[in-house]
Amino acid sequence: MKILTKRNGIIALIIFAFSFPFIAQNDYYLHMLTLSFIWAIAVYGINLLSGYTGYLSLAHAGFFAIGAYSLGLLTVKAGMNFWLALVAACLITCTIGFLIGLIALRTKEHFFAIYTLCVGYIIYLVIDKWEGLTEGVRGLIGIPAPGNIGPITFDTAASQYYLVLIFLLAVILIVYRIIRSLTGRTYMAIRNSEDLAQTIGISTMKNKLTAFVLSTFFAGLAGALYASFIRFIGPDIGSTAIMFDLLMYLLVGGIGTLSGPLVGTLLLVILSQNLQFLQEYRMLIFGPLLTVIIIFYPRGIAGAFFDWQRKRKDNELSGVRSEMHIKAEEG
Amino acid sequence: MEILIQQLFNGLTIGSVYSLVALGLTLVYGILHIPNFAHGALYMLGGYITLSMMTLYGVNYWIAMFVSIIVVGLLGVLLERFVFRLLREAPPLHDKIAAIGILLFLEAFAQFVWGADFHTMTSPYGQVVNIMGLTFTLQRLLIIVSAIAVMVLLYLFLKKTYAGSTIIAMSQSREGASLVGININKVAMLTFMISGGLAAIASSLASPINLVFPGMGHLVILKAFVIIILGGMGSIPGAIVGGYILGFSESLGATYISNDYKDIIAFILLVVILTMKPTGLFAKGER
Repeated sequence: MKILTKRNGIIALIIFAFSFPFIAQNDYYLHMLTLSFIWAIAVYGINLLSGYTGYLSLAHAGFFAIGAYSLGLLTVKAGMNFWLALVAACLITCTIGFLIGLIALRTKEHFFAIYTLCVGYIIYLVIDKWEGLTEGVRGLIGIPAPGNIGPITFDTAASQYYLVLIFLLAVILIVYRIIRSLTGRTYMAIRNSEDLAQTIGISTMKNKLTAFVLSTFFAGLAGALYASFIRFIGPDIGSTAIMFDLLMYLLVGGIGTLSGPLVGTLLLVILSQNLQFLQEYRMLIFGPLLTVIIIFYPRGIAGAFFDWQRKRKDNELSGVRSEMHIKAEEG
Repeated sequence: MEILIQQLFNGLTIGSVYSLVALGLTLVYGILHIPNFAHGALYMLGGYITLSMMTLYGVNYWIAMFVSIIVVGLLGVLLERFVFRLLREAPPLHDKIAAIGILLFLEAFAQFVWGADFHTMTSPYGQVVNIMGLTFTLQRLLIIVSAIAVMVLLYLFLKKTYAGSTIIAMSQSREGASLVGININKVAMLTFMISGGLAAIASSLASPINLVFPGMGHLVILKAFVIIILGGMGSIPGAIVGGYILGFSESLGATYISNDYKDIIAFILLVVILTMKPTGLFAKGER
């Protein structure tokens, strides 16, 4: 009976995550971790679309901003209940995602990347210029923290941490179920060869569209959580800089792997927080890192780890095989 | 009427800059099929190098521009040799992402070396000329004339020289070009060098009427992508015509529609085009 199985490892990680508020010395670490969990939710969305379906979307910071602004406007300006606003924010993001996906997904490869880059920029410009609705560059202030659910309140750092953690676990579970199902296999078939997938009878447009809408849903959810966590949002959250940050988290962690988004986001957020003196210049290190990783480890840290593990297992297997061979010869 | 002519002239100026940037982008795309997101950073760097040469060493505007062309061109060669060549066999996703990594690095680098502030470049051609009651600054005239001269030179280079024909051969068929003995790697490096040089010329020309700052390449590169989709990805005449179309629509849109939303015009244009024709205007069928 092995104790160090993958399953036990995941259970240990979850227990550790839940006990973290008791271990952490101060709220700063909790704040940082909560923030990186929020980013990770958005990165899981991008991973589903770019990693599994093979469509590199550069518009997701825009969808993140749509989620954040929907929640902010509904709670601040319309005075809506937080939870209702959260659901509405996700629905609004999904609807816009659906409409954009309907058109954007007719384009492929480079065209799709450039198209979504422009869509992201349009979203950013609209938020920035439409002062009557979004307050423009001044941004939205006074976004309420999550409302109470019965006796549970969300006014401490620890309670907000738990809320975001639960959302993150739910997102990971959903993504896990999807990629293990036939739907997930369909996405990968589209990624590997869209023409081939079509030939064997897959409705590629329908599948691409569900993947796209799902990924915008995650981005919108992350945006809404971000708005209520930071309590202030400005148009910058929809900028291409944020988009490239998200993409980097995904790539360093490992595109097309389940653990990649979490690994990459945690690692890079913690790294850049600890290298405070580098804040402005962190791209001097991260930019080349991204390029080197894409050249030598196209599937990121998680991918490299799995490859290494598989190689080790193969070696063990061939070792066992040759041992058996020798024994058979001796016998 | 006067406003219209003035705006058409402005459109011609902006369009010339856009065309030069889009030409570099389309050359690399047409030959190596890389949508080089880092091209905007090369543009930005070109502006900074010209500016530094002028302010630090006090050299002449044209010599500063020449140095900038050489430096940015060589940087392009380095990128080809050490990044994109290694990714030639990788899935199409990867070179896009590598380009983004380079973009992030070069921007942080510019901010590190020159700071985040806006700089102004003073050109020796600040005079105002008066032609038939309309006022033009000499720098704007210079932009138009130089851009057209560069385009003519590029055309002659591609059509009349051996090195130029190898580039055209490779854009038509990479396998075919290598079969007849063309060194693919050399052509790829040459293409990147020309592409970087064009970006440096464009930013050195445009900087005196705009500003120099780390993010100056952002909008320009996005618009250049719109242009090369407008003109057919990889098509050289398409990039030139597309650049001028965008320049005119922006300067007219800024006057007659709304100055606030003039930057959106390009993207709306792209969204409309790709909505109607997902493979881009004038797609050649393959790719």
